[in-house]
Amino acid sequence: MAVLVYTENWNGNFKKLSYELVSYAHSIAKSIGSQVVCLTVGNVSNENLQLLAQYGASKVLVCKNADLEKFTTQSYSSLIAKAAETEKAKVLIFASNASGEALAPRVSVKLSASMVSNAVGVPTSVEPFVVRKKAYSGKAFADVVLDAPVKVLTLTQNAYKVEENPQNLNIEDFQYQVDSADLKMLPSEIIKSDGKLSVSDAEILISGGRGLKGPENWGMVEEMAQILGAGTCCSRPVADLGWRPHYEHVGQTGKVVAPNLYIAIGISGAIQHLAGVNGSKVLVAINKDPEAPFFDSADYGIVGDAFEVIPQLNEAFRKFKAQQ
Amino acid sequence: MKVLICIGHVPDTTSKIKFIENDTKFNTTDIQYIIGPHEELVLTRLLDLRDAGNNMNITAITVGLAETENTLRKVLAMGADDAIRVNAEPTNAFFVAQQIAGVVKNGNYDLVITGKESIDYNSGQVAGMLAELLNFPSINTASKLEIQGEKLIFERETDLGKEVIEGVKPMIVSAGKGFAIEPRIPNMRGIMMSRKKSLAVLEPTQNGANTKIEKFYLPQPKGKCKMVATDNVPELVRLLHEDAKII
Ligand SMILES: Cc1cc2nc3c(=O)[nH]c(=O)nc-3n(C[C@H](O)[C@H](O)[C@H](O)COP(=O)(O)OP(=O)(O)OC[C@H]3O[C@@H](n4cnc5c(N)ncnc54)[C@H](O)[C@@H]3O)c2cc1C
Repeated sequence: MAVLVYTENWNGNFKKLSYELVSYAHSIAKSIGSQVVCLTVGNVSNENLQLLAQYGASKVLVCKNADLEKFTTQSYSSLIAKAAETEKAKVLIFASNASGEALAPRVSVKLSASMVSNAVGVPTSVEPFVVRKKAYSGKAFADVVLDAPVKVLTLTQNAYKVEENPQNLNIEDFQYQVDSADLKMLPSEIIKSDGKLSVSDAEILISGGRGLKGPENWGMVEEMAQILGAGTCCSRPVADLGWRPHYEHVGQTGKVVAPNLYIAIGISGAIQHLAGVNGSKVLVAINKDPEAPFFDSADYGIVGDAFEVIPQLNEAFRKFKAQQ
Repeated sequence: MKVLICIGHVPDTTSKIKFIENDTKFNTTDIQYIIGPHEELVLTRLLDLRDAGNNMNITAITVGLAETENTLRKVLAMGADDAIRVNAEPTNAFFVAQQIAGVVKNGNYDLVITGKESIDYNSGQVAGMLAELLNFPSINTASKLEIQGEKLIFERETDLGKEVIEGVKPMIVSAGKGFAIEPRIPNMRGIMMSRKKSLAVLEPTQNGANTKIEKFYLPQPKGKCKMVATDNVPELVRLLHEDAKII
């Protein structure tokens, strides 16, 4: 019996998200008297694998197979289902990211499991098994009962704290034969992004709205992001107008984010925007209109012209960082 | 090419969310329902491709009770060719996927496409479950679709960039943002024509819901916003450090 975590790696590296998943899995494993097994695909150094043990993994299955160099939902979900059967997994954990969201539903059907996506915490009860998830695009939460013997969960990013739970790690080669029928829609081309911090991974997000008037004014936003080691994002009209790339659009119909700190500059705070960001731990609004709805949801606010406030704020952040 | 688009019937994005019956049920009083915004963009792209001369028959499907027919009529008014309603309460994603899988098995569709997630339950599960039930290849959260001759070319954003994927029929795709920017607005002619288009009602085939919502919660209300004056901007940095302890 195990809690199986699909720990994706990015060119052989894990990231904070991976350790959130393992920490979360460890907490569930403890409550059901089980242990954490991770599965990863491709070449990962032993040193990196050991990091999973730091957060609670007892075993890691490493599957090296040339057929898995490129991703298809079919080949990866078949692999994960096979590992789940081998390990007699009772609970499977995925990230709520591009690959986790693609794989978890397929795996859940293969295993006749119950599934919940976007979990925000550990089960509130294990018998019956109840998990809280985001609902109404950030406007509410729901407790969901999972009836089937096997449970599949995807975990919201930045919802569970990374916790050290050092274990002795057992590293196993996982032999797996890929069915050629599972390789039907291999990507024909892979286009690498510029390596900027992704909106979902960022712990601090600096977000700009239509109040910034045009794409030429994003320099001060990027500058703030650079000083704070933050990511950048934007409101929907900004993406729709082509001022910023679409993947930066946050909100009910864009990315739902929950960073530690979200700084909104020149964003009115429409309900669809807030829905996607109000899971953030601290919200800051900077807007020249004192009546802007964002101030009703923010923790801190400045009523002022962004073009005057932001340069001063950047200066203050820079000073603060220099003293750290 | 035969396309089936799975449409969600969801509360308008401006809806204030409230619950009733001890927070076990969504309060539908005064709620306007709309076509799922992701599906709306996907449909817009399909219609644009069809109107550009690509041979395509677009069927819309929803799993829902009679009140969802208004939403399907809007989809027909936008330009979908016909519609199917599976007459059942969509209790969970697996149940919905099972109903749609039943329809796909009898329908010879080349492409079955869904929005990337519903904006009410935010599960994003239907496409993947459907793909597995039918054993079709699938792409999740595609961000672009082009047609080149007979080929469907998709893009999908990943954590490292994006992938270009050529579709292999029959396939399942979930998509949204990126397919189109503004949704198509039905015109008068579309609205008139929609009344004559077929909207078939089918009874559900199986019942396999294996999750159940026990209770809903609203987020904790925020405290009052602390304001910083424009002549004292560095104060915000101090507050974030000493008060919020976030930097
Ligand atoms: C179906 C649907 C889905 C939607 N989904 C989303 C979504 O996912 N995400 C999203 O963001 N929106 C979404 N929207 C749009 C949403 O309703 C708002 O229109 C949008 O969020 C407004 O963006 P904004 O705040 O950048 O622009 P505006 O509403 O134009 O606000 C600009 C703000 O900037 C302020 N400002 C102007 N000049 C300055 C200055 N010099 N200094 C400081 N402040 C200044 C103004 O006071 C104003 O408050 C959706 C809408 C619909 C209908």
